[in-house]
Amino acid sequence: MTPALQISDLTLSLGGHEILSGVNATIEAGEFIGIFGPNGAGKTTLVRAIIGTLPPTRGRVEVLGQAPGKAARQIGYMPQGHAGFDSTALSARALVEAACHGDRWGIPWTSRKSKEEVDRVLEVTDASHYAGRPFSVLSGGERQRVMLAQALLGEPKILVLDEPLASLDPKNQALLIECVARVKRLTHATILFVAHDMNPLMQVMDRVLYMAGGGAVLGKLDDVVTSASLSRLYGFEIEVVRVENRVFVISAEGNVAESECAHHDHDHDHD
Amino acid sequence: MTMITTMTNTLTNYLGYEFVQNALMAGTLSAILGAIVGYFVIIRNAGFAAHALSHIGFAGAAGAAILGLSSLEGMLLLTVGSGLFMGAAGDKVHRNDLAIGMVLSMSLGLGTLFLSLYSSFAGQAKAILFGNIFGVSGGQIGEMVILSLLSLAALAIFSRRLLFASTQPRLAEARGLSLPGLSMAFMAVLAVSVTLASQIVGILLVFTLVIAPAGIALRLCRSFWRGISISVALGVAAVWIGILLDCITGYPATFWITALFFILYILVEVYVRFFTRSDH
Repeated sequence: MTPALQISDLTLSLGGHEILSGVNATIEAGEFIGIFGPNGAGKTTLVRAIIGTLPPTRGRVEVLGQAPGKAARQIGYMPQGHAGFDSTALSARALVEAACHGDRWGIPWTSRKSKEEVDRVLEVTDASHYAGRPFSVLSGGERQRVMLAQALLGEPKILVLDEPLASLDPKNQALLIECVARVKRLTHATILFVAHDMNPLMQVMDRVLYMAGGGAVLGKLDDVVTSASLSRLYGFEIEVVRVENRVFVISAEGNVAESECAHHDHDHDHD
Repeated sequence: MTMITTMTNTLTNYLGYEFVQNALMAGTLSAILGAIVGYFVIIRNAGFAAHALSHIGFAGAAGAAILGLSSLEGMLLLTVGSGLFMGAAGDKVHRNDLAIGMVLSMSLGLGTLFLSLYSSFAGQAKAILFGNIFGVSGGQIGEMVILSLLSLAALAIFSRRLLFASTQPRLAEARGLSLPGLSMAFMAVLAVSVTLASQIVGILLVFTLVIAPAGIALRLCRSFWRGISISVALGVAAVWIGILLDCITGYPATFWITALFFILYILVEVYVRFFTRSDH
């Protein structure tokens, strides 16, 4: 079976500056992968290479055996942050409708079939009951479920979710993760879930892609998130502390590399 | 009672004049195009670009007098050129305020130069700045019909992609849409509609036809098609009422159109803030 994602010897640069180098990873169809790492580790840069908006400097990315741009329709993508429509009354549903076959030519007419598709995705993320309200009045959690619904249009085989938990409170984080888990059960899609803190995802993810120091390691949580493995990746001493099923990654100087996530709302990996 | 009869008679008389008919025709065309293009201007947050393009048109109109072109042709040449440049310079135009500001100030500088070189243009300058709704000729109407149809046809081809790229640029890019390409195409259409609108209300008041109807519609309407329809209806209604009030009162149509929109805007803001559900 073709892997969902095959990354071989991948090097990515932005403005001549190398962000990632020599990354290898093979992700099988149907896996739930948590992608973690500190700010600036290149998580969003990697996402851009996967969705095909950033060509590799070296190496290659294959999505379902194809070049990333070719496989665009197989990928459901949820970008980081969301566009501001605070001055308009455009409803959440109108935004999802605009995204439904938005890459076609012609006028933005929503056919009956597209309307049903929009209904379906809003239903899956439990967003239909508020989708008629203006996007601008929705809470962060409600907005994220609309953005997730949008990513489900066209029944993609792979979902790429870039920091969907940023700026959500724990209750809404749990709701969103539950939605994603439900989508995975229903569609058997491969999930690539970028997050800052791995703890909320402990129950649902199959493997971890941990990124730091320009590199990345992929594997089971217990193999990857260990003091030895992360110290090698970061290039300096890292301590992994486990407290009752929760994991904390701490650097030797006492800087907490992970759990700042709680007050981490306007997140932009500076890449 | 007699007053109403007199007013009706005056109106009926005026509607018989060709210059009034031309004004209504030209006003309707630019209102429709402005209302539709304006919808995308608001969604894309490109108000500054729209504003700049209209002022850039001034230099075009002034330069046209020197080159022997009509002011409409001169404006089109310069606004479409600058629009394409602005579109190419940044996929998100509002991030590019500096570039727009520089092009804008250079054009106004050029406009000043042309004005001083060609002083007989001064009288025409006032019409270009403040509009000359009753000065539209039959020939100009012909040009305006063609330009409006071309712009609407262009929108009919790419508006679906434009709406997607304007609401969700990152998603659209991931789906393989070219953001700079769409931006350039849109700016060219915007340049045309700004130029047409300025024939009616003047360069200084283009916002009235390009921003006001769409802005008000977007404060009220939650879906795309309803928003576009309300925007067009508001634009056309305001232009007609403005022109007819001008006939009756003798105060300029441009004043009436702007006043109508301002009152409507205040009413809508009050309605949205105090009478729509804020519970969520």
